[in-house]
Amino acid sequence: MPMNENEFKPKIVAFCCNWCSYAGADLAGTNRLQYPADIKIIRVPCSCRVNPLFVLRAFQRGADGVIICGCHPGDCHYTTGNYYARRRMTLLFSMLDYLGIERGRTRVEWVSAAEGNKFAETMNDFVSTVTKLGENKRLEDLRCANK
Amino acid sequence: MREQMISRACELLANGSVDRVIGWERGEFVYDVTPAVFNDAEDLKSRFVFDLFCGANLSKYLVSETAKGGKVLAFLKPCDTYSFNQLLAEHRVKRENFYIIGVECNGMADINRIREAGASGIKSISSAGDKVTVSTVYGDREFTLSDVIAERCSSCKSRHHVVYDELMGKDGEVLDSNRFDMVEKLEKMTPDERFEFWRGELSRCIRCNACRNVCPACTCEKCIFDNASSGFENKAAADTFEENMFHIIRAFHVAGRCTDCGECSRVCPAHIPLHLLNRKFIKDINELYGDYQAGAEVNERGPLVNFTQDDANPSIVNERGNG
Ligand code: SF4
Ligand code: SF4
Ligand code: FES
Repeated sequence: MPMNENEFKPKIVAFCCNWCSYAGADLAGTNRLQYPADIKIIRVPCSCRVNPLFVLRAFQRGADGVIICGCHPGDCHYTTGNYYARRRMTLLFSMLDYLGIERGRTRVEWVSAAEGNKFAETMNDFVSTVTKLGENKRLEDLRCANK
Repeated sequence: MREQMISRACELLANGSVDRVIGWERGEFVYDVTPAVFNDAEDLKSRFVFDLFCGANLSKYLVSETAKGGKVLAFLKPCDTYSFNQLLAEHRVKRENFYIIGVECNGMADINRIREAGASGIKSISSAGDKVTVSTVYGDREFTLSDVIAERCSSCKSRHHVVYDELMGKDGEVLDSNRFDMVEKLEKMTPDERFEFWRGELSRCIRCNACRNVCPACTCEKCIFDNASSGFENKAAADTFEENMFHIIRAFHVAGRCTDCGECSRVCPAHIPLHLLNRKFIKDINELYGDYQAGAEVNERGPLVNFTQDDANPSIVNERGNG
């Protein structure tokens, strides 16, 4: 792929559960699978640790997309954490959509420690979605009516 | 109703069943009615009011009354009883501290609607049945209650009292309300239209925190919005983002617990329709996790502290809706 210097490279924050997707990222690395380097991985003990505020905070600090990765439902190392995370994030994303924020900027994926491939694919796909959306302006502009 | 309430309250004070009474008193203007605590019969007779402007939900005040101990008589409207139940469920009030009289409610008036209808220089307001008489310096004006009723009352979810020790007036029913109409309308808009709508509304926020302070679901002793070093609290916001976070997080904190009493929108000095944020969460919860009314039951697990194995994944947000 030809690299253009002015090409927009989105800033992506990925909250990864220590027990699955964080290890999945590691596996992707050791297998030398390619995924964009602009992803900032934040390790969390469980997807359930992700407070909705963390997602907003990441956007506030300049992220263009936020993805949360956790163990597959049923496989959470704390048994039920990801079930709660699933409800919470569903409602949060729906609220962002309701406020007119682009839907593609947020995502939840279940990636296990053995799924290095899925991790790389997910990240590639997410980065390309967010790249198409461009810079995240809306959340910041929500309170600046140009009237 | 006012006389009946006062005399019953005096009776209960006199026979020692309660130590004090919580109700409403008049403020500077006739429509500035605020919650107040009354200690004796004299006090009640001189200050107690019950009229079309007693919209304030007394349940929130019961959190601090519980802390003071003793037995308190509280007059609760149907929507207030839902909040009371929710506070019971969250162990924020103790049932034994309260003697609840459920009062019949046919809707409260909104002073802004009376003004919009052209009444200015208001001296006093009285009502009889469906008639609202506003006497102004320019003469009397007559309205019907439905012309000047508060938005939240016109889309009231229930006139039923979910908790009480005795009733005054009639107990109503759970209503088939149209309260989600506006949410639906917004959902049908394009994302751009929705964005413009909310931008127009939220831009007026002055971060007075009144919506949080009045909310009976917001009873945390240490609120996240009081942490000065958090980066989203400051009244003089460092960036516009802080304000947006405030609104999303405030609504999220009460998601699954908000009884839809409508107090937040009532107190907002900028007239921001905050209830539309809360109702979005309620509507989503109903659609995704089954109908749920916070405060209807005391021993129910709220939707956000519960799950089923086959809940939808967050990607459902992308799949449904248009735009
Ligand atoms: S958020 Fe508003 S409507 Fe909901 S419980 Fe609090 S005051 Fe009532
Ligand atoms: S009451 Fe209105 S102006 Fe005050 S903080 Fe809430 S939304 Fe903002
Ligand atoms: S431990 Fe991985 S999602 Fe809970």
